[in-house]
Amino acid sequence: MEKRFRHRRPRSRLSRVIVPRLSQHRFYGHGLPGVDPDKLVGKLIVVEGADGSGRSTQIVQLVDWLEGSGHATVQVGLKRSTLVSEELEQAKQGNILSHRTLSLFYATDFADQLENTILPAMKAGRMVLADRYIYTLMARDMARGIDAAWIKNIYGIALVPDVVFYLSVTAETLVERNISKNAKLDYWESGMDLGLSRDIFESFMKYQSQIQTIFRKLQRTYKFSTLDGERSVAQVQKEMREKVSRVLSGSQPV
Amino acid sequence: MDKTFAELGYPGRLIAVEGLDGSGKSTQIYLLKRWMEWQGLKVFFSEWNSSDLVKSATSKGKKRELLTPTTFSLIHATDFADRYERQLVPLLRAGYVVLCDRYIFTAFARDTVRGCPMEWVRGIYNFAALPDLVFFFKADLHVSLNRILEGRPMLKYFEAGMDLGLSADPYESFRIFQGRILEQYLSMSTEFDFLVVNANEPIEAQQNTVRELIANKLELSRYVTHTVTPSARKAPSTKTWKKDSDIEDHEAA
Repeated sequence: MEKRFRHRRPRSRLSRVIVPRLSQHRFYGHGLPGVDPDKLVGKLIVVEGADGSGRSTQIVQLVDWLEGSGHATVQVGLKRSTLVSEELEQAKQGNILSHRTLSLFYATDFADQLENTILPAMKAGRMVLADRYIYTLMARDMARGIDAAWIKNIYGIALVPDVVFYLSVTAETLVERNISKNAKLDYWESGMDLGLSRDIFESFMKYQSQIQTIFRKLQRTYKFSTLDGERSVAQVQKEMREKVSRVLSGSQPV
Repeated sequence: MDKTFAELGYPGRLIAVEGLDGSGKSTQIYLLKRWMEWQGLKVFFSEWNSSDLVKSATSKGKKRELLTPTTFSLIHATDFADRYERQLVPLLRAGYVVLCDRYIFTAFARDTVRGCPMEWVRGIYNFAALPDLVFFFKADLHVSLNRILEGRPMLKYFEAGMDLGLSADPYESFRIFQGRILEQYLSMSTEFDFLVVNANEPIEAQQNTVRELIANKLELSRYVTHTVTPSARKAPSTKTWKKDSDIEDHEAA
């Protein structure tokens, strides 16, 4: 066990960079026209969790460690495509799109990053770190009553990641972390568009626990590696690195 | 969805026209709209790829040639969903006759020619009800090609199907691309009960066919507006109508 982590903290003296084992990649559904999953030699590492679950902090540290260990990385996340990110932001601000439209807009954003960033990086043998992936999009849609089969069909284009971390944090902790960071709760993360309550705090609590229930359901199908996000940053990071190491050495994480 | 708006109990009716660029379908739907307005019917015209919110992203993607078959498909679906839920459905609930210049079949044909799996594309659009009537304007391939190629020699990248790498020559690429789309349309014709109109005939003859079919299939008196004003009768609005709409529509390709 201990041996595997020797490359965790590069020493000042020459440390050997470990060449990751190849893993078989596949798509959830039809995939994309003309893409051969066997050519995707990099790894796809996904971190899921609500705002305030510690996603970004963990990703920053994971990138530091990976790059220090000699692996090239690329980061993606929701709403970061060249194609529609600005328009999506505008649409969210105005809040006049139907949920289905917004859902397709997000799917466009995802597909653009998948084809133009994720897949090329993986072909080039990079480690792709995704700050949220299709699961958040699916969960949000499902919370809004959109048919799961419809969403599943759309995301048949998505690549199955090498590992998906789900940072599980209680709604109470999320509230605290969001308020101490932004001094307020976000409209969308509180699910205010759902009309669960006119009180944003109450809406946040209800919405986040709904999302957690949906994630537990998705967990069965998509096999997330659920991490207890209530622990310290360092503890969570340690567990993530252990699991990523196992991905790099070619054995599947638990 | 495999039900029409009538089957779903909507008071309104949706009539769609489909066909290749240059088949003359936009002219026919325009004349249809004028005829209905003249009779004082509640009629509304809606065009493919015209939702304001999505337009900016679509045109950016097209200008910079950023679109892949998948994003091309998804961005048009986004546009359609927006128009469907905020425009078409409310109008159909309000008892309008909605005339659609292109409907989901355009996506079925184009996206599959671009290489997207048919089940995937159909799955995306399965929230939409089927039109109550679909007219397919079937012109000989060379007739529609000539109409477009004579009128406007500058072909845009996506409309010529250049993204498919069929040919380095835009005209040749356009010919092959349109030919494949025609095949797709023909293969859907029976499944979706297309009312096939011979688009090689004179404009007036086609319009007769269309009007007769509609008069037989719809009880038009049910859609008479209660709020008709004398000015609306005299001069139907031409504001949203562009004369060269075949070319406009063609840009949307």
